[in-house]
Amino acid sequence: MLLLSPILAGGGPLALAESLTMVSWGGSYARACEKAFYEPFTEETGIEVREEDYNGGLAQIRAQVETGNVHWDVVDMNMADAVRGCDEGLLEPIVPGDLAPGADGTPAGEDFFPGSLTECGVGTLFYSTIYAYNLEKFAEVKPSTIGDFFDLEKFPGRRGMRRTPQVNLEFALMADGVPLDQVYAILDTQEGLDRAFRKLDSIKDRIVWWEAGAQPPQMLADGEVAMTTAYNGRIFNAQVLENQPFAIVWDGQLLDMGQLVIVAGSPNLQAARQFLSFASTVRSMVAVGRYISYSPARQSGTALISTHLETGVDMKPHMPTAPENVAGGLQYDWEWWSDHIDEMNLRFIAWLLR
Amino acid sequence: MRPALLVLPLAAFILVTFVAPLAVMLGRSLYDPLVADALPETLRLLRQWDGERTPSEPVFETMAGELLKARRERTLGRIATRVNRVQAGLRSALLKSVRKLRSAPRPDSWREAMIAVDPKWAEARTWHAIRRAGERFTLRHYLHALDLDQAPGGGIIRQPPDLRIYLPLLQRTLAVSLGITLLCLLLGYPIAYLIANAPPRRANLLLLLVLVPFWTSLLVRTTSWIVLLQTQGVINDLLAAVGLIAEDQRISMIYNMTGTVVAMTHVLLPFMVLPLYSVMRTIPPLYMSAAASLGANFLQAFRRVYWPQTLPGVAAGSLLVFILAIGYFITPALVGGQSGQLISNMVAYHMQQSLNWGLAAALGGVLLGGVFLLYLVFNRLVGVDRMRLG
Repeated sequence: MLLLSPILAGGGPLALAESLTMVSWGGSYARACEKAFYEPFTEETGIEVREEDYNGGLAQIRAQVETGNVHWDVVDMNMADAVRGCDEGLLEPIVPGDLAPGADGTPAGEDFFPGSLTECGVGTLFYSTIYAYNLEKFAEVKPSTIGDFFDLEKFPGRRGMRRTPQVNLEFALMADGVPLDQVYAILDTQEGLDRAFRKLDSIKDRIVWWEAGAQPPQMLADGEVAMTTAYNGRIFNAQVLENQPFAIVWDGQLLDMGQLVIVAGSPNLQAARQFLSFASTVRSMVAVGRYISYSPARQSGTALISTHLETGVDMKPHMPTAPENVAGGLQYDWEWWSDHIDEMNLRFIAWLLR
Repeated sequence: MRPALLVLPLAAFILVTFVAPLAVMLGRSLYDPLVADALPETLRLLRQWDGERTPSEPVFETMAGELLKARRERTLGRIATRVNRVQAGLRSALLKSVRKLRSAPRPDSWREAMIAVDPKWAEARTWHAIRRAGERFTLRHYLHALDLDQAPGGGIIRQPPDLRIYLPLLQRTLAVSLGITLLCLLLGYPIAYLIANAPPRRANLLLLLVLVPFWTSLLVRTTSWIVLLQTQGVINDLLAAVGLIAEDQRISMIYNMTGTVVAMTHVLLPFMVLPLYSVMRTIPPLYMSAAASLGANFLQAFRRVYWPQTLPGVAAGSLLVFILAIGYFITPALVGGQSGQLISNMVAYHMQQSLNWGLAAALGGVLLGGVFLLYLVFNRLVGVDRMRLG
């Protein structure tokens, strides 16, 4: 025991060092965040960031909060979940004073893009769900519109889609010819919903479902699918880092924003708040954009988008917010989804089983 | 006294880890006080409501007060979830109303203010739903588990076709389990016969071949099937290399029902082979020789002499495989894709995703009741006392 005590004492500070659990989407996105702000945060504050992966949704957080056994601190989630989680009391409200001003000194409240600060969430990055295909599969006639994704005659082959009603229903309506500004209005009606499911029906037996964001590029590379919906940054990374012959179709892209939230009852609340203010600085957001093609949620960050750190590729044209990419795209309506997700999930499951 | 003491640790263990949780879960399928506790005054006022017209101002005012209080206490989300399960769409009405009421000054009429936020508040069925969500004891979950629902005016109706999930799934689960049991019997019977009648050294080796997969991790066995069966997997590669199928016509053998049936049959096979083997080992080979010496050909001897003696093993193996199959979760979840999902996957969905534990418990209850019923029928037909487990 006496012999051990110096070792124990030496290990003391380390063992006591503060840490927090950061839950994110895994794969190349989590690696980008790790380089861009988890590691710099640990360097600056000495607080260790432990990583966990999940595939979105509130279920795990709900289970932790309701059983009083919270072991997640900070979570990266989409807008709809952040708003819903806040309404359900699962998340800590954001303290506005925690947020640093913009790169040009603009106060945080004005620097963030309108709508990107919610009661419990801080917007970090714009990302989008697009569809991508393998260039080798469609060498001559290339898919170019969202309608082509549903066109099995012109573009045969299996399709990858995320196993949720979100995004898929919007894609289906857009492909069915619904103008962008009417998608959610039509989805809000029973006929519109039937119409979306009918469109999905037309490719149902050719769909391969994915759940984690890292799967779609893998499925494309393996030839498991001819085209697949995916998060744009994952496809970008496969293109530049692995030289995969993938192409992104921006038509009909669904633009959403990532939010960082703190789980209610987080055991490391102080560290989590510190982490949130660090992660929501322009510097952190811009840094992520040097590893993966997601763009800052702050206006003063837009001008700072530069090149891919490892390959020197100019990131601007690859960002989901680039003007030419946004043109045919739709803004994800988080409010509609936060109100309807439960019903849609049930209906989606019933549809899958049929 | 002493025998009782000997089994006491086991009895206590089973009570704590099995009986108690089971009872708690089944309790959850019948009892849910959350809404009743959060909106006591509103529910009291609703008891006097005529059930047809939009309720009067006091009801709205009381409810708004109780909802705002719930928002402060952070229970609003759970209340909204419960109400939404009774009638889809009410979550948004509730959350939206509270969101708007919280930021607006105190209205002259809560009734008009809430109806302005969401016209659903003017509908009688909304209030029926709130009243039903406020019942402490409810059969709602069991109705839902059978694709039924309570009509707003009382009475029981079927769910609309695009929301019927559980009955078709239950049917599928029963059919698949029966199929897998039959497959296991077809595959397992000859193996068990072979082992039971082989010379000891060979029998030991053969038995080992049955047992080694049995000892191997379930996950390893299931993922090996993925390696073998996937479109870019070993079997498809072989077929394509030999030229039996074209490169773009690879067969989908996994992430569908085929995958579920193949992998589950493999996983459950030892549960059929072992009881069969233990029964067959006790049947002297002389009986078959005797039958042959009396002029029976092999088929006759098998049908009239051997088969009847193996029935206890057949019954035990079949019941074991069937009951395991009916509640199987991991394998269909991993290799079932969408078409290969079984009822247990929906139980898991409601346990882990939608967190509707009441419904998950009710589904479990329905399954338990079903298995019990089948067991009774089985007992009637075969007789449990004739069964030999090993």
